[in-house]
Amino acid sequence: MGEMSWSGRQGVTVRAAARAMSDPGATGRFGTYGGRYVPESLIPACHEIEAAFREAWSDPEFRGRLDTLLTVYAGRPTPLTPAWRLSRELGITLFLKREDLAHTGSHKINNVIGQALLAQRMGKERMLAETGAGQHGVATATAAALLGLKATVFMGERDIERQELNVLRMNVLGAEVVPVTTGSRTLKDACNEAMRHWVSSVDDSYYCIGSVMGPHPYPWMVREFQRVIGEEARAQCAAELPVGVPDYVVACVGGGSNAAGTFAGFVDTTARLIGVEAEGGAAATFGRAGVLHGFRSLVLQDEHGQVTEAHSVAAGLDYPGIGPEHAQLRDGGRARYETVNDEEVVQALLCLARTEGILAALESSHAVAWVIRAAKSGEIAPGSTVMLTLSGRGDKDIASIKELL
Amino acid sequence: MTESLEEFLIARRGTGRPLLVPYVTAGVTPGWTDVVHAYAEAGADAVELGFPFSDPMLDGVTIQEASDRAIAAGTTVRGILEEVATLDVDVPLIAMTYSNLVVQRSTAEFCAALTASGLRGLIVPDSPLEEVGELADAAAAEGVDLVLLAAPSSSRARLREITERSRGFVYAVTRMGTTGERGEIPEEATRLGRELKGLTDRPVLFGFGVSSPAQAAELAGHADGVVVASTLMRKLLDGARPRELGEYVASIRRALD
Repeated sequence: MGEMSWSGRQGVTVRAAARAMSDPGATGRFGTYGGRYVPESLIPACHEIEAAFREAWSDPEFRGRLDTLLTVYAGRPTPLTPAWRLSRELGITLFLKREDLAHTGSHKINNVIGQALLAQRMGKERMLAETGAGQHGVATATAAALLGLKATVFMGERDIERQELNVLRMNVLGAEVVPVTTGSRTLKDACNEAMRHWVSSVDDSYYCIGSVMGPHPYPWMVREFQRVIGEEARAQCAAELPVGVPDYVVACVGGGSNAAGTFAGFVDTTARLIGVEAEGGAAATFGRAGVLHGFRSLVLQDEHGQVTEAHSVAAGLDYPGIGPEHAQLRDGGRARYETVNDEEVVQALLCLARTEGILAALESSHAVAWVIRAAKSGEIAPGSTVMLTLSGRGDKDIASIKELL
Repeated sequence: MTESLEEFLIARRGTGRPLLVPYVTAGVTPGWTDVVHAYAEAGADAVELGFPFSDPMLDGVTIQEASDRAIAAGTTVRGILEEVATLDVDVPLIAMTYSNLVVQRSTAEFCAALTASGLRGLIVPDSPLEEVGELADAAAAEGVDLVLLAAPSSSRARLREITERSRGFVYAVTRMGTTGERGEIPEEATRLGRELKGLTDRPVLFGFGVSSPAQAAELAGHADGVVVASTLMRKLLDGARPRELGEYVASIRRALD
């Protein structure tokens, strides 16, 4: 895409985006996406959670409690680290928003502490969660332990094999990990199973969804709990950069929670928003409109409407849909979605490790891979400033990386 | 037959017998249409056809397995509709599937295709009142009765709206959970049946977990009839032939009568 055409659109899209990433209202619609496509049995629970969240989110006491926990427990604010050597190598100025330094090793904790406080406020005893790479499961197990709640985590059998370390972490933290043996035995099937379990335990259980997906109010609520990434990064960029706003804001996208939280802080600026998907799970690029897991969005599916399996080296990105708000941002042109392949991702992981001494998660390495490619190809002009959200750390991926080397 | 699903069921109810609607996943076996015939001959008042979807959120292990098997065998909506068009049964056929298959092209096109193949009803469990508007309009325009689900957790206000907007019958979900065989009838089911019967003259049928002729008979006493699915699909997956499934439906028919 040429520099001029992008800039030419910018004026229009920024104005349109003033309304973007706000409250989707009672219907939970982001344009034509989102909604609440769940069985009647779950509708009262969705209404109850929406009402509780609206009330809590406007309650200074709740906000204060959340802020305190994010600070003294989760380690916020996370630093914005200049990637000194890699920046020199690429001829750009690259900053990394260090969500890998948050407690439990990823941005997932931001959302989970918020939802755990909400669950507690609603008088629920148990949190249910789905997990892909295990980061959301670990975060849920952690927040449950912190607040004295029980945690049951649904995880695809295939992911359990790939992410053994995180399964052990969840067990140590006292959570029950339920292997999901249906379908592709990955994140999509863990979501189905968590939903099914939720229907039968809705009175005492709270379903803690890990990304900007699911029925209303989840896509909105999870984005709001993750907004802290973007708001901190915006303030940090303002302090670091002469012009205050980076040229590019980049984040990886599976369901899209770290990207949504990041974009929320920059959607009303001139920064170009780039979401990076795994080539084998790129719903924004290869998906068609459809309905999955309670919401309408772009979904990877065959010509007959059967949802297809996503494949990537990163378990956390093996999701055949994207959050409904990302679909809206894509259609409106405010955000752009790119894909990288497994090979580029592994090389990016090694590159960041060896130039900056940071071992990023395979998921986060997708964002790094795109920046490397785009800077080398000139798509990112020399001298540009780039703010990249490094969503998590890569310790969990060591076994996978060993096999790939 | 030009009468609607609802008119047909009301007429049947008028004969004084509880209504019986057995289910089969379309495409689960090469001879699945023989199962439809067997049900009809065994005294079914309508037959529910599951259009298999890869991610059936509200289904338990049995229907999931049946759906996976059907999809693996290459079953598609178009293929099902072509087979249904050739069926010669004297009771209405009702499609059951998830939103993603209904919205593929447009809800209008989907409903028109149902009508063209002779289907007279549609159940979409992940399309609640909040999302059903466009689909309900399309179904009404094409003469397809869109059946809405009512759950034990539904408020009275929602139950009223469900009974007003549902067509064909009102599908009363017996329990908070997925489809699948269960041992006991929960108290919440009978309470829901009573409440729905107080709100509407439309037929009210129980579904989810109707696992034996005795259970079917007991539940039917609290409404107008039952939908029986997982217990039949379990037998089919375990190798039961259409004739045996028909005999089982006949045994439920006898228990109901």
